[in-house]
Amino acid sequence: MAVSALRGMLHPLRSINARIERWVLARVRRLPGPVAIRRQRIYILPTRQGTVFAVMTFALLLGSMNYSNSLGFALTFLLAGLGLVTMHHTHGNLVNLQVAARGSVPVFAGETLRFSVGLINPSRRDRHVITLTLQQGDWGDHWADVPAESEVTTGLDVKTTRRGRVPAPRFAVSSRFPLGLFYAWTWIELDQSGIAYPSPAGITLPDALDGDEGAETMASQPGSDDFAGVRDYHRGDSLSSIHWKVSARSGELVVKQFAQARSNEIVLNFDRLTDPDPERRLSQLARWVLDAAERGLSWSLVLPDQQIPADTGAEHCARCLTALALFAPTRT
Amino acid sequence: MMPPVSQRCLPRLLVVLAIVILPHARNLPLWIPAFALGMMLWRLGVARRGWRMPGMLIRGGLAAMAFAAVLATFGSINGQTPGAALLVLMAALKLTETRTLRDYTILAFLGYFLLGTHFLFDQSIPMILFLLVCGVLITAVLVDINHPDGSLSTRTSLRTGAILIAQALPLMLVLFVLFPRIPGPLWGLPSDSGANAVTGLGENMSPGDISQLSRSDEVAFRVRFDGPVPPRHQRYWRGPVLWTFDGRTWEPGFRSGSLQAGTLTDAEQTVRYEVTLEAHRHHWMLALDMPVSTPPDARMTPNRQLVARKPIRERMLYSVESALDYKLDPALEGWPRRLALRLPVEGNERTRELAARWRNEETDDRALVDRALRMFREQPFVYTLRPPLLGENSVDQFLFSTRRGFCEHYASAFAVLMRAAGVPARVVAGYQGGEMNDNGQYMIVRQSDAHAWAEVWLEGAGWTRIDPTAAVAPDRVEVGLGAALPAGEPVPFLARRTGSVIEAMRLRWDSINAQWNYWVLAYGPELQRSVLSRIGLPDWRSMILALTGLITLILASLGAWLLWQSRSAATVDDARRIWNRATRRLSRLGLAPLPHEGPRDYCERAARQSPDLALRLRALVDAYVAVRYADSAELDRLREAERNLRRR
Repeated sequence: MAVSALRGMLHPLRSINARIERWVLARVRRLPGPVAIRRQRIYILPTRQGTVFAVMTFALLLGSMNYSNSLGFALTFLLAGLGLVTMHHTHGNLVNLQVAARGSVPVFAGETLRFSVGLINPSRRDRHVITLTLQQGDWGDHWADVPAESEVTTGLDVKTTRRGRVPAPRFAVSSRFPLGLFYAWTWIELDQSGIAYPSPAGITLPDALDGDEGAETMASQPGSDDFAGVRDYHRGDSLSSIHWKVSARSGELVVKQFAQARSNEIVLNFDRLTDPDPERRLSQLARWVLDAAERGLSWSLVLPDQQIPADTGAEHCARCLTALALFAPTRT
Repeated sequence: MMPPVSQRCLPRLLVVLAIVILPHARNLPLWIPAFALGMMLWRLGVARRGWRMPGMLIRGGLAAMAFAAVLATFGSINGQTPGAALLVLMAALKLTETRTLRDYTILAFLGYFLLGTHFLFDQSIPMILFLLVCGVLITAVLVDINHPDGSLSTRTSLRTGAILIAQALPLMLVLFVLFPRIPGPLWGLPSDSGANAVTGLGENMSPGDISQLSRSDEVAFRVRFDGPVPPRHQRYWRGPVLWTFDGRTWEPGFRSGSLQAGTLTDAEQTVRYEVTLEAHRHHWMLALDMPVSTPPDARMTPNRQLVARKPIRERMLYSVESALDYKLDPALEGWPRRLALRLPVEGNERTRELAARWRNEETDDRALVDRALRMFREQPFVYTLRPPLLGENSVDQFLFSTRRGFCEHYASAFAVLMRAAGVPARVVAGYQGGEMNDNGQYMIVRQSDAHAWAEVWLEGAGWTRIDPTAAVAPDRVEVGLGAALPAGEPVPFLARRTGSVIEAMRLRWDSINAQWNYWVLAYGPELQRSVLSRIGLPDWRSMILALTGLITLILASLGAWLLWQSRSAATVDDARRIWNRATRRLSRLGLAPLPHEGPRDYCERAARQSPDLALRLRALVDAYVAVRYADSAELDRLREAERNLRRR
């Protein structure tokens, strides 16, 4: 308590900043699509360099007074004027700029989700070094020059932790250009969200499937096994697929093969998984979806509230992963 | 954490710093700019050749060495020259640790600061140009380093810098005129403050001093007369008065702080004038023979010489009144009289013999003076800027063998001769003459007008000015130095008074300089008050009000201009909006556009249907097509056409 109060006293600017920020954030509205940065919504404060600049100008003023040096005064006043002028330029660098959501590419939970943000400059004046950051005052890696009457796409990185829909965070569009003496910013919250898939985990998709683990071949209904022959055992083959009788005779491990497996059509079923934790089941399913897509299989996905019919390809894969990401288990 | 700065900014920063430091080569020992240049090359080597940045140890060592070297060179780190030297060295050392934006920014700020140090040494008109050019350059560097990948073209950053400085200029002017000035100094000036390399009279006079000075065209002071200008032969500008002679050098002899000013009687023919004296780092001020008033911050010595309370380190403006007709010190007794007769114990024997002979032949002091002047006039004495060097018995040598000398030789020899003959005498150094500048309505007195003459004390007349040079070269006093010296002498250009175009131009330039000095450099508390009260701002309150008002106005216009620049350039959308408004209106009249119709077809059809609108419809569609496909400047025409359509 006492420490924070002391800190507040030592950094008056910081506490003022915090107060301003609360006031400002109460006024940010979530808006879709191109949001024009209005003059009234731009906030501006001197940077640390700006403060140093002011101190230097003041020192020059004292020096000029001491020496009654007219050209010293001229320099001092030129710099003072420069400071005031550059404040307007930094502010003007943001005014009337438009910010638009430009989508995002889904990622797996734990990875960094990049929201693409379009900066549209409808004016005839070039805008320089427009920075997007999550925190006010950060330097940020994402900046862009926006030439007159054009749009530039830059991004905003959000670290994801969980699967699901990731709402685009509120972010600051800011500028220190041209001289870095002032920091002008505004808060933007675009009505936009991205998707974080469950991060894939668990065992890889087995070559031969029975229904016990939630992945099964279409034909693996009980009693309809159409035994097609045996082949040599490979590492990773399920133990239950080993043809023990033949193996015992030949002295080498062989596994059973079924004719339907060649049809490459499998069902991935949430309910058939045994893991008690639904999140882990989703991660396992995500793993298998990826594996299946990679192996070029055709698969369908069965969730308690949804079924996605069998298909192949990247689009199908994305659809399944999205379903996994957005799946909301009903509590019982 | 501040981001690092692109390597591409480095060469630009180095070039700009070099330009900013360059003029210090005139004021500082050469090793300092050389050191700075060396550090710049090292830094460039780091960037280009992958040399190593110096470590902490080397940096610390270099800093300590630089500090010690400044101390050794100047004997102190206090003062404007050592201060400027330290600042240059600091900037150079800072170069060796520039990586991040912060370092670069600090260097750019140091650049601004360094710019300020130049004005301690030089405040001439070209310096304001230097200030603006360097201001643009440093600002451009700041723009450059604030662009993360340094990809701005040199042209863009220079243009941005120039725009920023240009927009700061009106603010600078307003602040310069209206920002309340308070009388300095705030904490005292270092002993070496003021312009460097000043020329001017010294406190003493040795043979050769004044002839050296006479080769310079530099301005010593300028005078503005209230009323008529005294004739040239009366324009003796009184400087140091010298009493003691050691055989070679004349010195003031006594510091007469406590004594009263010399008694002046029968002062007539007074003139008032205002002197703008250039800095010379001594105490003496100048006034026409014989000053009767004492300006503030000055005092009058027993010799009736004006002396400033502090050494004159800056251009000084004072007004004073002089009497051209006067009697100084009707009585001369006691030790001043003895001092005015004292000569070195030995030396210059022939001069003493001559004086003794004259003393026996003449009874009257006046006759003695005339006799000496007659000697200078009638014997083959030569007035020259290039006198031969004189040995031990300088006066003997001059009077009896070389007979070639400049004013200081004549004044000195004359005073010695008079003292040897028992007439109290002293030497006065100062300036004689001065020329009117036709442009500026003022008089310029240059170093080439430096002069020395003598004063003898005569019963009934007091101290009387005698100029032996006038006996040898009357033109020196009547016309000027150029006319008095034979051709081929190293006379400064302006002293020749040729009346050429170049001379006229230089006088014009001097007049501009005088204005600059008067209005800009001397703009301090007093001038500010008088200027501002003349334009209707009599007190502090109104001054501050005007200042804030004007600054707000300028900034508001700048802000409005920037907003206007930032507005959407979407004139095409504007055109569509106007077009839609027009079609809505036409729809209400039953002339709705059909989906397949282009604007032109639509208008042709509408014109056929209601011929009374035909002309206006054609005007509308022409303007619309022009805006959409050719020229957005036609927008006004479209607006006009749409308005016409609404009229019944």
